[in-house]
Amino acid sequence: MALVAPLPETAPSAADTTAASRAGRWLRYAGTPAALLLVLGALALYVGGQDLDRIEERSLNAEYLLSRFTQHLALTAVVVVLILAVAIPLGVLLTRPGARRYAGGVLAVANVGQATPTLGLIVLFAVAFVSWGVHTIAVVAILVYGILPVLRNTMVGLDQVDRAVIESARGMGLTRRQVLWAVELPLAVPVMLAGIRTALVITVGTVALATFIGAGGLGDVISNGIASYRDLVLLSGSVLVAVLALAVDWVAGIVEDVLRPRGV
Amino acid sequence: MPSAAAADHPMIRLERLTKRYPGQDAAAVDELTLDVPRGEIVCLVGPSGCGKTTTMKLINRLIEPTSGRIYLDGEDVTEADPDQLRRTIGYAIQQTGLFPHRTVAENIATVPRLLGWDKARTTARVEELLDLVGLDPDTYRGRYPKQLSGGQQQRIGVARALAGDPAVMLMDEPFGAIDPLTREALQNEFLRIQSEIKKTIVFVTHDIDEAVKMGDRIAIFAGDGRVVQYDTPEKVLSEPVDDFVADFIGSGAFVKRLTLTRIGDIDPAADWPVVTASDDAEARLSVLAAAESGFAVVLDAERRPTGWLAASLNRGDDRLLGTGLPLLGPAGPDHTLFDALNGMLANSTDVAVVVDDDGRYRGTLTLAAIQTLIHAAPARTGAAGPGGGTAGRTPSEREVR
Ligand SMILES: Nc1ncnc2c1ncn2[C@@H]1O[C@H](COP(=O)(O)OP(=O)(O)OP(=O)(O)O)[C@@H](O)[C@H]1O
Ligand SMILES: [Mg+2]
Repeated sequence: MALVAPLPETAPSAADTTAASRAGRWLRYAGTPAALLLVLGALALYVGGQDLDRIEERSLNAEYLLSRFTQHLALTAVVVVLILAVAIPLGVLLTRPGARRYAGGVLAVANVGQATPTLGLIVLFAVAFVSWGVHTIAVVAILVYGILPVLRNTMVGLDQVDRAVIESARGMGLTRRQVLWAVELPLAVPVMLAGIRTALVITVGTVALATFIGAGGLGDVISNGIASYRDLVLLSGSVLVAVLALAVDWVAGIVEDVLRPRGV
Repeated sequence: MPSAAAADHPMIRLERLTKRYPGQDAAAVDELTLDVPRGEIVCLVGPSGCGKTTTMKLINRLIEPTSGRIYLDGEDVTEADPDQLRRTIGYAIQQTGLFPHRTVAENIATVPRLLGWDKARTTARVEELLDLVGLDPDTYRGRYPKQLSGGQQQRIGVARALAGDPAVMLMDEPFGAIDPLTREALQNEFLRIQSEIKKTIVFVTHDIDEAVKMGDRIAIFAGDGRVVQYDTPEKVLSEPVDDFVADFIGSGAFVKRLTLTRIGDIDPAADWPVVTASDDAEARLSVLAAAESGFAVVLDAERRPTGWLAASLNRGDDRLLGTGLPLLGPAGPDHTLFDALNGMLANSTDVAVVVDDDGRYRGTLTLAAIQTLIHAAPARTGAAGPGGGTAGRTPSEREVR
């Protein structure tokens, strides 16, 4: 005689990607680049329709723009890689039992780094460390600025992992290192990626300031426009930086979706 | 680690085990000495904060003891490598702690992978365990924890703890935080599983009823990190050592004892004669006339009860023929006295028909017999099987007037 009542099957359905949400996602993925291309096309048409003088032509030609664009991307890439290399291990370290007590202090320092106006920081570094060369100075100053979001989100991401999950992992015999790699980091990835995305966008924007110490990038176009009172050049430079920042954010968004662990 | 002289020593031995958390005056666990015999479930029970969880985590060294020794299967593991040790001890907790980013199958495979099992063996083990906890492998193996109900998650938690085939299991309120019906189903299912796998289990709960139901032995903790009584459930219920234990058991110790005795373990009365389906009205009436109790049971060809007859039925009454008066459901060997009494109360009767595993008639059980049984010396034979029930399907029969 069966006395055990059958359990109600209340589990949600396994299908979590409905056709509607998939369509929405593709629209989101395709929408941004379409809009950005539209803006770029409009800018090209507008600039092409203007009679450019010699000063304007010096900034607004494909070769010059491409070189500044490449510089800009290269500086951004170096800075972001360095940010990740510093902030993620630091974030992991500061959430380990032994080092946790230093977390407050380190976060405070990182906060100061972000609160200081970047331009001030760049100029300050340029004056203080003349021997470093402009590119190193630009990289270090911008790096200090972008560390905080990655560091903070790494720590928050690791801290928000359910204690019960970690404890059960330890209870089954995973070593501390195995718990970190197999449980904590994968579960922290969504929060960490959000921080990295923020850092990326911040960095693309702040790299535009590198021009003030002669380190190049799309900031050159903007400062040319300011220095020569050519609004068309200023406008073009600004639009290009903005479009690049949005494009980077778009790519980062896709990466975020792809790397988010399933089931979370 | 099976041992040659298995009977010589308990599976788990705690010796003057003490845990004092830094910065606290009182010890969370104070000089605890406890033997857990092989193949038994020991329930640690007591009020909140009395040190149950701490005791359990001391055993797998998630918490390091301040002093004292821990022996597993006769071996001193107080200083063994904790990670290696834990792979040989099952661990299930109330919050389940399932890995949200891993599928059900991957979750269950955690310890087998740590132990270096090959893929085929691991996969087979996962299937086996899903079957064991009553979840269809094809449906559930690829799901993520958030796609399961709370009860299903707890089943997976138990399956995962069993995966490495540990001799010892530690379970911290594994069926807590769940609705009473599902909880009871999980408890029954787990007792059924345990009767097959015979693990040595330390089971933490704050619910004395759960402890009485699940435990072969119960260790009752007082608020100060000490065990005040360590006994079988029967002993704890019938002979609480002090007022603290008596208070903790609360009222209704006798009712609780009803759940300890299974119908299969008692001798039912034989005062109801039987008639078979083929007997005619005359034969039936003469049997009834001779019956001291005034009742008889109708059996089919397999000796399964199909109904009953009362001497008060008149000659010519249709109900005297065929299967007799309807029987609401007999009491089987896995039912407890509690189930039988509950059925009697629910159906306003004072007698239940008792059957064996195959549904064949064994005799009857009356209210008065239950009263006698519960006052007799508590006797409990064998490990508990599944039991419990709901009023609607409880064994008993209804009186017709
Ligand atoms: N990590 C810790 N650090 C300090 N004190 C602790 C720690 N864990 C538990 N305690 C203390 O030790 C005592 C026993 O705690 P424990 O978790 O073992 O209780 P419990 O019996 O499991 O209670 P509950 O039924 O509420 O789960 C409590 O007073 C608790 O405050
Ligand atoms: Mg507890």
